[in-house]
Amino acid sequence: MTVHAGELPPHMQPTRSFQGLILALHNYWADYGCVVLQPYDMEVGAGTFHPATTLRSLGPRPWNAAYVQPSRRPTDGRYGENPNRLQHYYQYQVLLKPSPPDLQDLYLGSLKAIGIDPLLHDIRFVEDDWESPTLGAWGLGWECWCDGMEVSQFTYFQQVCGIECSPVAGELTYGLERLAMYVQGVDNVYDLNFNGRENGKVTYGDVFLQAEQEYSRHNFEFADTSVLLRHFDDAEAECRALLAVGAADDENSVHKCVLPAYDQCIKASHVFNLLDARGVISVTERQSYILRVRNLSKMCGEAYLLTDAGGFDSRL
Amino acid sequence: MPDLLLELRSEEIPARMQKKAAGDLRQLVTDALVDAGLTYEGAREYWTPRRLTLDLRGLTARSSDVREERKGPRTDAPEKAIAGFLRGAGLASVEEATVRSDPKKGDFYVAVIEKPGRAAEEVIAEAMPGIIRNFPWPKSMRWGEASAKPGALRWVRPLQSILCTFGPETEEPEVIAFEVDGIIAGNVTYGHRFHAPEAISVRRFGDYVEKLEKAKVVLDAERRKEIIRTDARNLAFAQGLELVEDEGLLDEVSGLVEWPVVLMGEFEEAYLAIPAEVIRLTIKENQKCFVLRPQGEADALANRFILTANIEASDGGAVIAHGNGKVVRARLSDALHFWKTDQANLPDLETLRSSAQRLDLDLAKPLDQRMAKLDALKVTFHAKLGTQGARVERIRRTAGELLSLLGSAQMDFDAIAGEVDRAALLAKADLTTEVVGEFPELQGLMGRKYALLQSEDDAVAAAIEEHYKPQGPSDDAPTAPVSIVVALADKLDMLVSFWSIDEKPTGSKDPYALRRAALGVVRLTLENDLRLPLKKAGVDADLLAFFHDRLKVYLRDKGARHDLIDAVISPEADDLLMIVKRVEALGALLDTEDGANLLTGARRAANILAAEEKKKTRISDTVDAALLSEEAEKVLLDAIVLAENNAADAVAREDFTAAMTALGALRGPVDRFFDDVLVNAEDEAVRANRLALLNRIRTSTQTVADFSRISG
Repeated sequence: MTVHAGELPPHMQPTRSFQGLILALHNYWADYGCVVLQPYDMEVGAGTFHPATTLRSLGPRPWNAAYVQPSRRPTDGRYGENPNRLQHYYQYQVLLKPSPPDLQDLYLGSLKAIGIDPLLHDIRFVEDDWESPTLGAWGLGWECWCDGMEVSQFTYFQQVCGIECSPVAGELTYGLERLAMYVQGVDNVYDLNFNGRENGKVTYGDVFLQAEQEYSRHNFEFADTSVLLRHFDDAEAECRALLAVGAADDENSVHKCVLPAYDQCIKASHVFNLLDARGVISVTERQSYILRVRNLSKMCGEAYLLTDAGGFDSRL
Repeated sequence: MPDLLLELRSEEIPARMQKKAAGDLRQLVTDALVDAGLTYEGAREYWTPRRLTLDLRGLTARSSDVREERKGPRTDAPEKAIAGFLRGAGLASVEEATVRSDPKKGDFYVAVIEKPGRAAEEVIAEAMPGIIRNFPWPKSMRWGEASAKPGALRWVRPLQSILCTFGPETEEPEVIAFEVDGIIAGNVTYGHRFHAPEAISVRRFGDYVEKLEKAKVVLDAERRKEIIRTDARNLAFAQGLELVEDEGLLDEVSGLVEWPVVLMGEFEEAYLAIPAEVIRLTIKENQKCFVLRPQGEADALANRFILTANIEASDGGAVIAHGNGKVVRARLSDALHFWKTDQANLPDLETLRSSAQRLDLDLAKPLDQRMAKLDALKVTFHAKLGTQGARVERIRRTAGELLSLLGSAQMDFDAIAGEVDRAALLAKADLTTEVVGEFPELQGLMGRKYALLQSEDDAVAAAIEEHYKPQGPSDDAPTAPVSIVVALADKLDMLVSFWSIDEKPTGSKDPYALRRAALGVVRLTLENDLRLPLKKAGVDADLLAFFHDRLKVYLRDKGARHDLIDAVISPEADDLLMIVKRVEALGALLDTEDGANLLTGARRAANILAAEEKKKTRISDTVDAALLSEEAEKVLLDAIVLAENNAADAVAREDFTAAMTALGALRGPVDRFFDDVLVNAEDEAVRANRLALLNRIRTSTQTVADFSRISG
């Protein structure tokens, strides 16, 4: 059963504690029946890249999962000087497949669980069609606004890895720092109360400011672009090699090496983002890099359908 | 007669699609009913973010029985023909057909097809699933468990419920039961998402609207707009402010709420340092809010804005206004950052060195840096036409050529070569600024502001903004010489370039807005009284014909007679101003009695000649003066020679009024000729000579216009 915010001690309140907010969402979605996963242990640009979303949204098997995913957007680095922009931030990701008929109500319930009362705050669903060119994915849905601020992304996946979703999954992505800033009434992300304590308070800045400064330097100045270019090629080659070596022996057997191959696809995508931040990719090249990553994700998606989790039944 | 109420309730429909979708629903349903032989008195559609509703009144309860006879082949026709007839008429065998006799045709088959009338309920229930399944959404989606099955229902966002009631006003309406992919039509809807989430049973449109209103849903978008507009104005007025009206934004906002509640938010005055247009767009595009200005101010904005919430908040809206204010502030802080960044040096100036050198840019100046960046980035303008940098170089070259084509006789074009070149060089520089990257519609305007900030000449700065003009019929064409030249150069480059790669507008397709560009050239030259020889500006015959078409459209819109335009335009005419002067002079001539009579005379001559030419009579180009016997024909020839010379002289001086006056002098002699002289003389030679004289009437008038193209 859901623990009501009112019963929590002050330092656990989602409106006072960044981690309290995460725990409240964990509680809410765990109570709904999601598997609550931990972050994927690789650098990704968004929670969608986690195989628990990208790959699990494919094939016929039902799947309900929730997790926090640290997300890296190298070009958004501001050396810790911008109160709203980070090159590393947290997304809270929920994937429900098939999308339940009351998904909007479930989402609104989750907002209530973190202290957002829809009769006090103006909650809106504003058109936003989502597309990820590198993942060959698109869906229809909304940006969810709370008093004019976008706090979540709500998408009905139509296609992932270039493959039609069957059935369609519903994806919810919460921008955790933004939500926390809003419910804590804080204007600067680095001022967020992370642990909810007034005595012994740890702020978001205590945890991440130095990292933002160092990674901004890395992303924009120090990352060795020739090494990165090599990494991209290596990851691409390794992805293809793993897919080839794991390929099913015949039409009755499964693919044996999709997840490791997909890791390489994720890696290529992140390396591309870093190269982009370093400004070494021209406009025309950019398109071709995106296409190369998309090809990898497409091959991974197709191979995933030939696995057990992808719904392949070798007995048929 | 019964009424139909239909509601399709879904998750939030994008605001920009609601109105059209509701209209499509009305069209599709009424078409289906009419096709089935039903009639109705009236139909009106409604929409909110969560529902499309159709209120259809006075439907016939039942379509009438239809009896149709279809004639078939003779009874002794080949079996194949008879089989085909039976199939077509839907008959199982020849026994079901009737045999008729005809004295001419003999015995033949007739199929009598009787279609009994159908109940409206049945027609609706049958039509609705197809209408819903094939609904013309610009983008649609699948959802939920059903999405795994082939042929799953698609809708703009998940379709939640269908309400469909039917019945006369005097009776309890009934639900028309149909089902689409598991959704069964009923008589239940729901009110406002947060204020009234309970189910509502509905009978017909009247109680439907009332119950929705009670459940905090204003069904009529026009009423929602009116509420927003009035409340916004009042709220502004109370604070000594004025709403900056924006009909497009009002439309959109009315599609984002079911229960509009207007609130006011504020931001720090410091942000008013940002150009007003940038503030307005930042707040409009990102936050869907209206900006305000102090009462009586023309341009300056106030540090307040109007937002439209969808709830009556328990605290009166304080939290909502505060929250929106925070977001607006963050957005304005970004805008301020963009505005400042654009005025600062770019990093990596070294990489811009070669572009700057080639284009003669001063890298000490921010806008010059942006132009160097546009060139150095090698952004493609069009795959076949090269980069933006190459385009700017072309525009510069064209602008220079235009200066000499336009010449010093008009305005002081030779004195502004420096300004024109500078403006052409910087015209597109703002495309790489942060503000224009964020709001492309501010191109030009931002360039002007940044140009002034780096102390460019006022005329140069103005030309940077105005070279995009005129953008549409309501937009003024520039009148300042520098702006005119750069605007002409920009448009002529577009047209000549796209013509060179054979990318011309076809039908309704004009992706590069070339019609607008050509119309821009037309307006720039005509409204500034400028003579521009288009052929020398690189316009080929085909493009010239395109210009002629645009000119005709333009003149027609101005009320000119298109037959007069046709009468003076020749395929080679490449000076638009001269064409117009001719049209005007011709119009003036025809408005005089002399002119109108001359036209009649010239027509009469032309008709006689046409009849002769049909008979293949040879008509001489020259008149033999020795054969002229009557006074009237002698006078006419003299008058023609004089008028022709005078008209030709006047045309050479480009004094079309004088040319027309010269021709007008022919009126008396022509009238007298037709009164006194018989063209059809008995003497063959005299007759031929008189025809030649008529021919001279025709050719002399042609010095100014083709009279045969002028309609009566």
